[in-house]
Amino acid sequence: MNLKDIIDVVEGTPLNPQVDLNVKIRGGIGADLMSDVLAASQPKAVLLTGLTNPQVVRTAQIAEFRAIIFVRGKQPQAETLAIATQENMPLISSPFGMFELCGRLRQAGLPSFEANVSS
Amino acid sequence: MHGRHGRPITDHDAHEISRVEELSYDLKIREVMTAAIKTATPDMPLSKVLEILRINRISGLPVVENEKLVGVVSLEDIVRALQKNDLAAPTSQYMTREVITVASYESIVKAIRTFTEIKLGRLPVLDENENLVGMITKGDITRGILVALQKDYKEEEVRRYRASHLFEDIISERTTLVLRYTIKAGDFTHGGKASSDVKRALIRLGADPQLIRRCCIAVYEAEMNLIIHTTNGGILKLEVEPHRITMSAIDEGPGIADIEKVFQPGYSTATEHVREMGFGAGMGLVNMKRCVDEIKMESTLGKGTKLVMRIYVPDQTVGVSRDGQNDEPTTDHQ
Repeated sequence: MNLKDIIDVVEGTPLNPQVDLNVKIRGGIGADLMSDVLAASQPKAVLLTGLTNPQVVRTAQIAEFRAIIFVRGKQPQAETLAIATQENMPLISSPFGMFELCGRLRQAGLPSFEANVSS
Repeated sequence: MHGRHGRPITDHDAHEISRVEELSYDLKIREVMTAAIKTATPDMPLSKVLEILRINRISGLPVVENEKLVGVVSLEDIVRALQKNDLAAPTSQYMTREVITVASYESIVKAIRTFTEIKLGRLPVLDENENLVGMITKGDITRGILVALQKDYKEEEVRRYRASHLFEDIISERTTLVLRYTIKAGDFTHGGKASSDVKRALIRLGADPQLIRRCCIAVYEAEMNLIIHTTNGGILKLEVEPHRITMSAIDEGPGIADIEKVFQPGYSTATEHVREMGFGAGMGLVNMKRCVDEIKMESTLGKGTKLVMRIYVPDQTVGVSRDGQNDEPTTDHQ
């Protein structure tokens, strides 16, 4: 799936001024704990989160995410958007909640990139 | 968005296109034109012109009198003369006097536009004083752009080469590149900035992506710990060697009472404010431990904490082998 497909599925609004919609998204992760994100993620995924502070972008960048979706129509802080634009990290706002979004994306064929605890 | 061949335009393409566009404005006509040109004079017989064209394999000549361009003579004009068996006639009799020219100080985009408007293959170039200084063809423009792009590319290659071969180029018994960052306590806005910079540096040094990821996750957790838990912030230090990377986070307080506890998953002393930001879940050190080969923490209550982590670079032939390195990670060097 590319970012354009993801945006369609989540009925999202891209927030950065410029976004490459062709970038390939390989999987997804939903988390509000940044340590969980760092502990369980694989690269090239999309991050679903309810957090909107600048750390989300830094975390996503360090863990090599390709995009961030804010759940429940949340809007990022100005600094968050500034860092995201500078670091080329697409931000998307979706009106749906976390459960609905994970369901929609899984149903559309996007695999989970969350490693489970045993692994 | 799709390109001319139905292929989607990537960021890379867009960059290239805009660079060529940029160049067509940056490059001046005088930089790409052919300066050493053959010319004819008005009184030169056409038979002589034909010979010059034949020898130089060109299709036309500018006609010059006292350094001023007075016309152009082309193969077409010579064909007209041939039809009348008039090759002995002077050039002035058959040349075209209405000549479209471009100025040497203009950008090549001007020449490109002129070539698009008229169906000519070459244009005379005049300088500020209206003197003929050269000729420009579409081939000159293409060559000029290619040369400029190649120069761009070479400069980038050289920069990349220099960074990624740093350790091979510098001969010493033990070469270490030290990156040092000062981290302020409570500075959440810039939290992760040092780790981003570390990531860029490691990419520049040509490190393996998997290694970069492990290293950056560990550094990022350490950086956030300095921001969240210290009294006055601290120093984040990376020592990059061909065979290993040593990361240290050093602070001056408050110190940790029970080090064993902080390595337990879920143990945290973070405030509600920090937890709201998605941190303080008590997984930081667990995460770091997972990413690195060695981890060691020393702390004194009231004095400070030193965290040292090490990642060994796999399959690294440069430098001393892993087994031959006797020094355990210590916290006593800064």
